[in-house]
Parts: sequence; structure tokens; C-alpha cells
Amino acid sequence: MEKAKKLIQDYGVSRFIVTCFAILLLVVAFLQGQDMNILFSDIINRFGMYAFFSLAMVPSIISGTLLNFGITLGILAGVLAGLISLELGMTGLTGIGFALALAIPFGVIVGFAYGLLLNKVKGSEMVVATYVGYAAVYIMCIGWMVLPFKNPAMVWAIGGEGLRTTITLDGYYDAILSGMWNFQIGGVTIQGGMIAIIALACFIVYLFTRSKMGIAMRAAGANPIYASAVGVNVNKQRIIGTILSTVLGALGIIIYAQAFGFYQLYTAPMNMSMYPVAAVLIGGATTRKIKISHVLLGTVLYQTIITVAVPVASILVPDGGLGDVVRIIVSNGIILYALAQAGGNK
Amino acid sequence: MFKNKKFNIKEFLSENAVPVVFLTLSIIFVYYSGTQPAIIMNDVVARFARNAFFVLSLLFPVLAGMGLNFGIVVGAMAAQIGIYTALALELSGLPAVLLATVVCIPFALLFGFLSGWLNNKTKGQEMLTSMFVGYFAHGVYMLLFLFIIGGIIPINVYELVLPSGVGARSSLDLTQIKGALDSIVKVDLFTFVFILAALSAVITVANTIKNKKLDVTKTVLTVALVVVGVAGNTLPALSMFKRVVKVPVVTYALIGILCAFISMFFKTKLGQDMRAVGMNMEIAEVSGINVNKTRITANMISVVLSAFGQIMFLQNLGTLSTYTAHQNVGMFAGAALLIGGASVTKATVPQALLGTFLFHLLFNVSPLAGQNIFGSALIGEYFRVFIVYGVIALAIVLHAAKKASGKK
Repeated sequence: MEKAKKLIQDYGVSRFIVTCFAILLLVVAFLQGQDMNILFSDIINRFGMYAFFSLAMVPSIISGTLLNFGITLGILAGVLAGLISLELGMTGLTGIGFALALAIPFGVIVGFAYGLLLNKVKGSEMVVATYVGYAAVYIMCIGWMVLPFKNPAMVWAIGGEGLRTTITLDGYYDAILSGMWNFQIGGVTIQGGMIAIIALACFIVYLFTRSKMGIAMRAAGANPIYASAVGVNVNKQRIIGTILSTVLGALGIIIYAQAFGFYQLYTAPMNMSMYPVAAVLIGGATTRKIKISHVLLGTVLYQTIITVAVPVASILVPDGGLGDVVRIIVSNGIILYALAQAGGNK
Repeated sequence: MFKNKKFNIKEFLSENAVPVVFLTLSIIFVYYSGTQPAIIMNDVVARFARNAFFVLSLLFPVLAGMGLNFGIVVGAMAAQIGIYTALALELSGLPAVLLATVVCIPFALLFGFLSGWLNNKTKGQEMLTSMFVGYFAHGVYMLLFLFIIGGIIPINVYELVLPSGVGARSSLDLTQIKGALDSIVKVDLFTFVFILAALSAVITVANTIKNKKLDVTKTVLTVALVVVGVAGNTLPALSMFKRVVKVPVVTYALIGILCAFISMFFKTKLGQDMRAVGMNMEIAEVSGINVNKTRITANMISVVLSAFGQIMFLQNLGTLSTYTAHQNVGMFAGAALLIGGASVTKATVPQALLGTFLFHLLFNVSPLAGQNIFGSALIGEYFRVFIVYGVIALAIVLHAAKKASGKK
């Protein structure tokens, strides 16, 4: 009993509860006779959609700017890059390659400005990020109305103003990565291409955190006073961390969009940052500590809950969307729990 | 003398930059909206009445050092539980509103206690916490209204539940309680100004007797109100205002009572403790104040007041969007308070009132102004929401920057 208790504590109580919940959902789904192959394929697909956003939390947390609720800014930069690729009529791998390449400088510019801001508000980064993100979403709402895009697939056909709310990637680069190198294991679709890309991205971020700069960033995040005493430019490290996080967010939305099949504009990016934040927290990260394993495990667990809860709940309670309610309670509950854990010592 | 006066104007402008900017913006928008000012005024009078409680309720957490309490949405949820109960008991009119008020109080106290407790666990991040408290509570609220109502608690009123019998309908008609407070007494704008003038005169006389010295500002105010009242009743240019603008007296009286209560409250021991905690928690703790308890109390008062606010809001509106009516309450109230010139740590009753007025004036005219300036009402709507988030973001950035530079 003591040993079991210790094991659970090592694993993390909140992570343990969420893991049990995810397994329970899977068991119930199986007992209900749901098509498990489809469910697992869905989980893998959604994992691919969200993994980049979760990964974006790594540089922000280790550089000490905490959970990046302002990933919204990166998302907006990425959407803009993506729309430009569509406007130029680019399709296939060229199209998405161009979009990704363009998202990087956009992300760097936005991330740099955002990093400067975060350096001015040390200690309140998360709440600042949230509201700056919200404000940016609405600025861009006006932007989507007035930017001079001309592609008829993107603007409202007759009488409308500005860009459409959802812009289909059909005919451009719909599922170009999530449909690449797919293979089946016992009926479950494994997205080989996506997994390879995510693995590569994780590996690069991992290498970065082990590099000289990554270690300096870690020092700046973990103990800024000590770090500046040994000659690390803390503010610079924080800006670099923010830029990396923003760029990952910008790339993330393009990868998300190709899997989803649409770019979503206007208010859609509003609360997108909540998904990766909740995911990495579920995976075992805190506001100050994160590993790649937290990112991967957390995203899998979180997406498992979201994917499986909906069909399971719809059989338990036919009307009303219990699955969505579960998602809201779990993700916000875990964020509150993490805030309480982090704030307790101050 | 002249130089001195000029200096004062500059100081006035820099101290009140935010309201001045928004007043200017509002005037421009009113002009471009192309709507009759009297019609705008009538709408703003109604909006002010239904939102003032929310904004005033934020004063407590702000002064207790917890920043803008976006978690007042839980108060709105408590109010909706109260209203739903009144509907389920098939009450109408004032009794329904009174029952809803009684029912919502224990819920509001409980929610306020829980969110206050969580705020104490996350000192320094209260605004973020309170925001997520709102999101989390929204999930629990949905669980209650979608599954427990009708599913576990039987509801016998057909109009209140979905056809399947489980879950509340997403839009409820509140015709039976619409105007329960507002319609008790309604007067035109200038009669209301006379009422205010009479009140102001009484206060002036009382102050003059108490201090044995003429209260000059209050006397000027009284005279000004009388002049406005007379002008409104005689000048043909203002006759439109007299005809169109109707003021719900009881609602405004309640707002007045709350304002008086707040001013008095912060003179009591508890109110002073709250301010002390807001200024510096460590010093407050050392001087024997129970910091955590004081903060929880501030939070509970705020949530209860916002619950009252939501009841006033709904009786004015006449419909209840069961699953969304509470969502933006905290955000809008926070933005209104800031537009009135408050900061995240300092706020006064006049700022709350001015902010409510300016915010809702801007909210009313933005779509039409957007239509006429940019050729798109939607741009105006996006712009006004941007104002909400922008002003909150700016206030938080300024506050956080000050806090961060103070630490060095």
C-alpha cells in the first residue's frame, strides 16, 4: 500500500487521476461496443493536430515566461502566413512548405515584440499574455475584414465583406501531411508522416534544450538572479524563448489546419491556447518545469479524453453534449489545480 | 494665477486620461452613428441600470488587492439558478424577483467563498485564477442545467425543459418577470433630474448644518441639476429627451443605495482592513489582520452583489440565454471600471459609475458608427470587443510593469 502510494506520488496525483480517467473512458467505450479502431485513429489524428502547440510550451516554460497563453499571437501569425500561401494559389507540398517558411519570420517578428512586452511584466506574464492574445484576436478580426485578399475561395462570394469564417484547404494542401505515409495496424490508421514530423520537431527542441543556449535559457528561467550573476543575459534568453514558442505556435496552426482541412478565422483562435496549456499540465508539467515527455504524454491523454468522451457520453446521455462539458471541466480544472500548486509557496 | 490654472488642467488631463479619451471617442461615435441622441440616451440609461451592480461589485476585490475579479460570473450563475427556481415555481412579477434574490444568496456566498479560497492559494495570479474559475464554473453550470435539471431534479413546467424532459432550454422567456423592478416607477429624464436635485439639496443642507460651513461643491451640483431640470422641461431642443428617455426609478434607487453602502462600508473596520490588505498583505498580517479571511470576505461580497446585478439585468432584458447569459459579465464589468479611470489596484464609486456610462455609450454606438465610418457594422462590433480586451490588457500591463519595476 505504501509502495503504491509512493508510486502514485512519483507519477503525480493529478496525472494519475487523469490517466485513470482516460483509461476508464477507453474501457467504457470498448464495453459500449464502439469502433475502437476509429477511436484510436481519431486520437492519433488529433494528437498530430495539437502536438506542435503543446511543444510550444517548452521554450516558454524553460525560459521563465511560464505557460504561454499568448500562443494565440503565434497562431494569428501562422494563419496570416497560410492565407498568403493560398492567395498566391500555391498547392501541395510547395504550398504548405511556403506557408511554413513564411510563418517563421512572421513568428519571429511577433515573438520578438511579445518577448519585449513580457520582459516588462515579469511575474504577471500569464494574465498579460491572455488578454494581449484576446485583444490581438479582435484586432485581427478587423484585419480579416479589411486585408486586401482577392482569392475567390477565400472571400465571401456576393455581398459579403472580408474573408470567410472558414477557408477550406481542399485543392490546396488538405491533409497533405496527415495523409502522408499512412499505414494500418489492425485497422488503426497510423499517420506515419505526421508522427515523423512531430518526432523531428521534438528532437530539435530536445537538442536545443541541451545546447549551450538552451542551458543558458534554463538557467535564466530557473533562477534569474543567479543566472545574471554568472553572466547570462536573462532578458535576452526570455525573448529567445518567447520567439521560439511563438514560431512553434505559428507552424502549429498550419499543421493543424492541413489536418483539419480549414483555416478558421475571426474568433476561432480565442481560446486555442487552453488546449496545449491543459495538455502539458496533464502530462506532468508545471508552470516552471517541463520535459518533452510531458508534452507527448499530456497531448495523448488530453486528446484521448476529448476524443473518447464525446461518443461515450452520447451513449450514456443521448442529448446535450456531455462530452464537451467534461472537456471544459477537466481542462479548466487542471489549469486551476496547476495555478494553485504554483502559487502556494508565495 | 493663470499659469497655476493651466497647470491644473494639464494635471487633470493626465490623471483622467483614460475617461477623457473614451469620452472623446464616444462623442465622435455618437456623431457618426447618425442616431438621435435621445434614443441613444434612453438605451444607455437602461444599460447603465442593468450593469452598474456588476461594475460596483468589482470595487471590493480591487480594493482588497485581488485585481479585477473576472470570477463574478459565478455570481451571475447563482442569480440564474435563482431565476430558474422562481420560474419552476411558476412565480411572476416582484415575488419572482424577490424569491430569486433569496435563493441566489446562499449559492453566491458558497461560490464566493470557494473562489476566494482559490484566490488565496494563487496570490499574485488572482485575475488569471478568477478567469479560470469562471471557465471551470461554466462547465459545472452546464452539467447542472443540461443533465441534472430534468434528469435528477424533476421540473414540471413544460416551457423550462427541453422536449426530451432532460436539460433546460437554451433560451427562456422571462416575460412574467420583465420589468418587475424597472416598471414599478418610471419617470422621464428631467423629472428624474429633479429627484436627484432634491436629494442633492437634502445632502447639501445636512452637510452644511453638520460642518457649520457651506458645502460649495454640493451646492453648485444642486443648482446645476435644477438648471438642467428646468431647461429640459422648457427648452424645445430637449423635448425629444423628455419624451423618449424613461428612467426606472427603483432600479436607480437600488444603485444609489449600493453606492452609499460602499462608501460607508469602506469607513468601517472591515472596510479599512480590506484596504490595508490591498495595500500590503505582509504589513496587514503583522498588524493583526486575518489577510486570507478578509480577502475571502471581499470576494464573497463581490459575488453576491454580482448575483443581484444579474437579477436586475435579467428582469430588464426579459429573456434568459441559459447557457451564455453569464459569460461576459466579468469581462465587460472589468473593462467598464477601467474606462472610468480606475486601475487594477485603485477604484472609486464615481469611477465605476462614469465607466459604466461611457462603456455602454460606446457599446451602443459602435456598430452604427462602424457602419458609417468603415462601411461595416461588423467592424464596429469587433472594434468594441477589441476595446474591452484592449483596455483590460493595457491596464494589466501597466500594473504588472509597475509591480515588476518596483521589485528591482
